[in-house]
Order: sequence, then structure tokens, then C-alpha cells
Amino acid sequence: MWLVLALLLQQPKHLSVYAAASLSDAFNEIADSLERRDPELKIDFNFAGSQVLVLQLGQGAAADVFASADDRLMKVAQDSGLIEGTPQTFARNRLVVIVPKGNPARIGKLQDLARTGVKLVLAADAVPAGHYAREAIFRLARSAGYPPDYSRRVLANVVSYEENVRSVASKVQLGEADAGFVYISDVTPAVGRQVRRFDLPDTANVMASYPIALVRHARNTEAAKTFIDFVLSPSGQAVLTKNGFLPGR
Amino acid sequence: MKPLVVRVALSAAVATLLCILALPMVSLLVRLSPGELLHQLTQPVVLTALGLSLETSIATTVLVILLGLPVAYLLATKEFTGKRVLQTLVEIPIVLPPTVAGVGLLLAFGRAGLAGGALKALGIELPFTTLAVVVAQVFVATPFFISAATAGLAGIERRYTEAAATLGATPGYGFFRVLLPLALPSVLAGSAMAWARALGEFGATITFAGNLPGRTQTMPLAVYTALQNDLSAAVALSVLLVILSFTILLGLRFAPWGAAVGGAPARPRGR
Repeated sequence: MWLVLALLLQQPKHLSVYAAASLSDAFNEIADSLERRDPELKIDFNFAGSQVLVLQLGQGAAADVFASADDRLMKVAQDSGLIEGTPQTFARNRLVVIVPKGNPARIGKLQDLARTGVKLVLAADAVPAGHYAREAIFRLARSAGYPPDYSRRVLANVVSYEENVRSVASKVQLGEADAGFVYISDVTPAVGRQVRRFDLPDTANVMASYPIALVRHARNTEAAKTFIDFVLSPSGQAVLTKNGFLPGR
Repeated sequence: MKPLVVRVALSAAVATLLCILALPMVSLLVRLSPGELLHQLTQPVVLTALGLSLETSIATTVLVILLGLPVAYLLATKEFTGKRVLQTLVEIPIVLPPTVAGVGLLLAFGRAGLAGGALKALGIELPFTTLAVVVAQVFVATPFFISAATAGLAGIERRYTEAAATLGATPGYGFFRVLLPLALPSVLAGSAMAWARALGEFGATITFAGNLPGRTQTMPLAVYTALQNDLSAAVALSVLLVILSFTILLGLRFAPWGAAVGGAPARPRGR
């Protein structure tokens, strides 16, 4: 039994990447091209809200690479001694509001999110996307053309605080929520067919930056470095851009 | 006298399993000091989640009994075509990942779901409501009740109801005054299992009902939410859940009718 366990834990060519849920499409694509280049390499992903990943790393999860959806949580990981070297920003992202194609609440502009009865879904405050969404709502409330009680009324319309940003997208995609705040990169072609998008004005938008770093005590440092280098390389950046991210620098 | 090797193997198996099962509970219990535990447990968010959990899980248990008892009666006493299929259908939620249950519930009873239009005509929109929490719990908890109740009802010998019938009892009288009292231990045990399962429900709830304090955030959801930024609060909530579940299941063992728990068919006492 121990032998089997040891074999499971000791796959030399296995790379374990802990990445923010919003990165799942782009990183899966990146993994495909890396695995094609090196058939021996096997990349395992753990996609979740960045805050969950930090928690898992803190409890000794066997990860090689950590890619966070915001600097704040990367900082937490660094301060807890979980990171080796300096994290590098590899992508940026901005928030948009999506509504189901049928638009059941007849949202025509961002002001309509404050109307009574709108079912709004946000990511939980501990999730970067949820943190940014609240910030964006507060900024909108201070903008011209928005009532002063905008943020109070919008937040009163929240029917669910989801555990990660992809769950927000799927609740809107399924037509169960009237509106949700997600990253522009979450509006993948598949999602885009089922939702309508409203861009936030630049003054209200919060720019999320995504840092990536090597995890301390990584078991597969070499493959981890290859992965990070590829993400930062022009080909990696091209995949990210294709998936709706903005370049890291 | 068993050979030594058998005894060693047995003890090793028991010890390993006890470690896997008991150590996590113990670790939760000893993590916080009693003072800190009390402080965490009196936070409004904890009390709100506790209240909602008790409210929804008790509503679920009542519903499960009302809807499950007729099905258990059918399965225990009647032969009909499609019985095996019905039995399997009723058991599926036990093995289904709760998140899958949640997606299924959304696609069925969500406002864009198959039955969404019909529900809307009745003025009901389920997702993101407390009622959705109950529906999710009913989905996952019902099988636990039905299998215990079916086993209990099937274990009662026919001659008791037949004797009642020859003495002029109606079928309803026979069920409520003869069959049900005899099978009561199993029915109560099934109810307690369903209650405990409903109390612990997470995946179907967060998928179908969402996560909003006071409306859909039950204790397990509150644990998950707290875990993301406040480990102590999450541990405190977990301790409460462990104690609650343990009490329900332990109560089951020590209840006057507890002897029947564990599969032994109920036997009538006296005459």
C-alpha cells in the first residue's frame, strides 16, 4: 500500500499548478502546448478561488506553481513564506457585467442594477473578483449619473455570493441570475453566446493583475520554471490575450 | 484463541480506520480554546446560519416523512412492475455528487429549467430562496429515510395486518395503528438519518440555492465562506456541526427504540 502511495506522490514529471479559477481556459490551452512539446510532462491543475488556493498552500498542499488573481493574495502567500523568489505579473483583467441573453430583468444600462427585484450574483468578498466588484460598485456610486444610494441598492439586490467567479458566470449563463460581475476573460465564446455584456466605464473599473510564482519546496522546480517562462513568453501571452486577458506589462 | 497474526491484523485495521474517522473530529475540537469557541459561536453570522440550518433541516425532515412514507409503504408491501426502477431511482441521490444534484435541480426547477415555466405560473421562483435550500436537502436526504423505513416496514410479518383486517380494521387503520407502530423504530431512525444528512448538505445547496447569509447560507455554506478568510470562525462552526450531528446519531443509539437501529427488524413487544 505504501509503495502505491509513494508512487502516486513521486511522479517526477508531474507538475502541479494551483491557479485562479478565471485562468482555467487559458492555462489548459497552455498546458496542451507544453505537453505536446514534452510528452513526458503531465500538468495537473487545481483551479479554485485564489483565496482557497492560498489556504491550501498554507496547509502544505503539494504545488509547484501558484498563479493568483490578485496581488493581495499573492502577498499573503509571500508573507506566509509559501513563495520562492519574486512573483511576476503575467496578465491583467477587467470586470464586466453580464446578463442572460433573454435579459429577464431588462437591464439596459448599469443604473438598472439598482432597480428593486433585480437578482444580482457576485463572487464572495474573499474572492478577488468579488472584492473588485464591490469596489467597482462603490466607484460607480460616486460617478456622475448614478444616485448616491446606488451601492446600497445594488448590494441589496445580491441573491448569492459565489465561491468563485466562474460560478457567477454559470448562474447568469443558465438564466437563473439577472446579472453578474465577472472578468472580461470569463466571457468565453461559449459563455458569450448565452449572455450580453455591459462594459464598465474606465473610471469605475478595477484592473486586476495576475502574479505567478514558484512555490517554496516545489517538487518539480525545473518543470515549474518552464511553465512560468512559457506563460511570460510571447506564445504564452498570445494564448492569454486570445482568452480575453490583457497583457501583463 | 485466534492466531496472533489475525489479532494483530484486526487491531491494525481498527486503529487505522479510527484514526481516519476520529482524528479529524478531535483536531477540530481541540483547535480552539473554549473561550474563543464561545466568542466565535455568538457572532451574528454563526447564529443566523445555525437558525437557518435548523429551520430548513427540520422542514426537510417533515417533508421527507410525509412524502417518503407512502413510497416506503409501496416498496415494502407491494409487488408491481417497475419496482426495481423506482427503488434505484430513490437510491440514486446517495451516490450522486451533491453538486451534480444541484445542477440537475437548477436545470429542472430553475426559472429557465424544464419545470420553471410551470412554477412561474404558480408564482414560484425557486433559485436563491430558502425554499430552494429545503428542496436541495429533500433531494439528498430522502433516500436515507426511505431505505430505513422500507426495511422496517418490510420486516413486519404480514399476519399482524391480516389479523387486524379479519377483525374488521380498514386498511388505513391497519397501517396507522398496527403496521406503523410496529415499524416505528426504523421510521424514526430513518428520519434522524435524513435530518443529519440535511444538516450537512452543502454541494446541492450552494449550486441550486446560492449563498446568501440569512436566506440560503446554512451552516456548511457558512463554514466554507468563513474558511476563505477566517479560519477560527470556520473551525468554530465546524465544531458546532460535529457536535450536532454526533448528538443526533448518538441519540439514535440510546433512544428507547434505538435497539432496532442497525438493521435488525423490529419485533412486536408483548401481545
